[in-house]
Amino acid sequence: MFQQMNIQQNFPEYNIPGKQHHDFSPYESNGGSIVAIAGKGYAIIAADTRLSSGYSIHTRKQKKTFKLTDTTVLGSTGCWCDTLSLTSLLAYRMQSYVHTHQKTMSTNAIAQLISVMMYNKRFFPYYVSNVLAGLDEEGNGVVYSYDPIGHCEKTTYRAGGTAGALLQPVLDNQIGYKNQNLAEKPEITKEKAISIATDTFISASERDIYTGDSVVICIITKDGIEEKTVQLRKD
Amino acid sequence: MQGYNDGMSRPFWSNGPSPGQFYNFTGGDRSASQGFGPQNNFGAQRSSQPITTGTSVVGIKFDGGVMIAADALVSYGSVARFQDVKRVFKVNDQAILGTGGDFADFQSIQRSINDKMIDDICHDDTISLKPKSLYNWLTRILNNRRNKFEPLWLDMVVGGIENGEPFLGHVDLRGRSYEDDIIATGFGKHLALPIIREQIVEGRPFTQEEATNLIKKSMEVLFYRDCRALSRYYVAVCTAAGANVSEVQKVNQNWEVATVVRGYS
Repeated sequence: MFQQMNIQQNFPEYNIPGKQHHDFSPYESNGGSIVAIAGKGYAIIAADTRLSSGYSIHTRKQKKTFKLTDTTVLGSTGCWCDTLSLTSLLAYRMQSYVHTHQKTMSTNAIAQLISVMMYNKRFFPYYVSNVLAGLDEEGNGVVYSYDPIGHCEKTTYRAGGTAGALLQPVLDNQIGYKNQNLAEKPEITKEKAISIATDTFISASERDIYTGDSVVICIITKDGIEEKTVQLRKD
Repeated sequence: MQGYNDGMSRPFWSNGPSPGQFYNFTGGDRSASQGFGPQNNFGAQRSSQPITTGTSVVGIKFDGGVMIAADALVSYGSVARFQDVKRVFKVNDQAILGTGGDFADFQSIQRSINDKMIDDICHDDTISLKPKSLYNWLTRILNNRRNKFEPLWLDMVVGGIENGEPFLGHVDLRGRSYEDDIIATGFGKHLALPIIREQIVEGRPFTQEEATNLIKKSMEVLFYRDCRALSRYYVAVCTAAGANVSEVQKVNQNWEVATVVRGYS
């Protein structure tokens, strides 16, 4: 039962019962959720601050939003070590762009760059859920979301991370007005977007153990990026 | 640029990888693509389990500094193999490091860090490695090795003083890292963290005395409940005045309750 063949020597190799055997996995899910909503003249992106693995919480104050430029913010969750690798490489690529082109990157240029960087590791992917929010050239909000191997989609609202599947239908209903026979679909104001994002996180922390502690909301407008923190469940 | 002393000139970028390439640190002379382990017809063999291991490390920030503690034991599976080992060490006057996980990997990284410190001292420019730089460096080294499926099996707590502020961070074998005011690894996460957290007074950092007592209590509880822990431990402390590793500390032990236990003899 504990016997294994060693292919090199055709020699039985015994695993001693009671001895701990660790199998190395390069990946780990560290949890966290992101919600981003874009509208006329603004974009907001919110992410919780809990960093965990399994049943243990590492820290309750890990920000998962990364300010890339004055008009672009990236939210990244999943395998935290991949998030760190990706964002530091991204910072380097963006700085390199500034030196070559003498201008900061636009939101859509960053969106494309992230897609290329993710696909570059197609066969050993960054195990992360990315959502990029920012303002386009006209100053209107845009949201880009990704899968772990670099597929990119441009949308106006998106939920990602461990509670992504829990939150997306709420956004579909509240922001996309999906499956409702409405004569007109009222525009979502910035204040409404912030309040919906906050509520989704309060709800997510009730059902998803990997989401909680607090949520940091980045509000992106032409005047800059404002940051708000709302406390969530800590259990 | 004739007339310039060529004997003194040095290439601007030496001993490094080509532009756009990566360092292959801990990989020796091999290029980053060659990978690790002896190659044979069946591919490469990798070791991917820790052999001699250290258990929990506990770190606390306090008013004006930071301290990191780990017991003196290095286990070999369930054997309490090496019983007077320092798993915390002073990097320089502004940085300290504590490690759990594979002890050989720790010694290897400790040698590399000490080499860096000698380089720093030889420059004689009063500039030395700061804790955040050390922390980030470790993050990259450990992540680079996990990318090769040959991880350095370590759970490290980095502490120090940077720009007058205490710093405390954790890096694991995948290169996952985070900063916090209190950090514990392994069993310490379950046993020491709640004890320390209960004593937090909102809006006020711990004093050095409080931190010392909390470490003492944590190591005591860990000794009672963690089978891979020992009653002796070392504490590294870093303040603006410098860093040092304590003499060996002993936990309070009280086994009086054992005489009341019935049914085992």
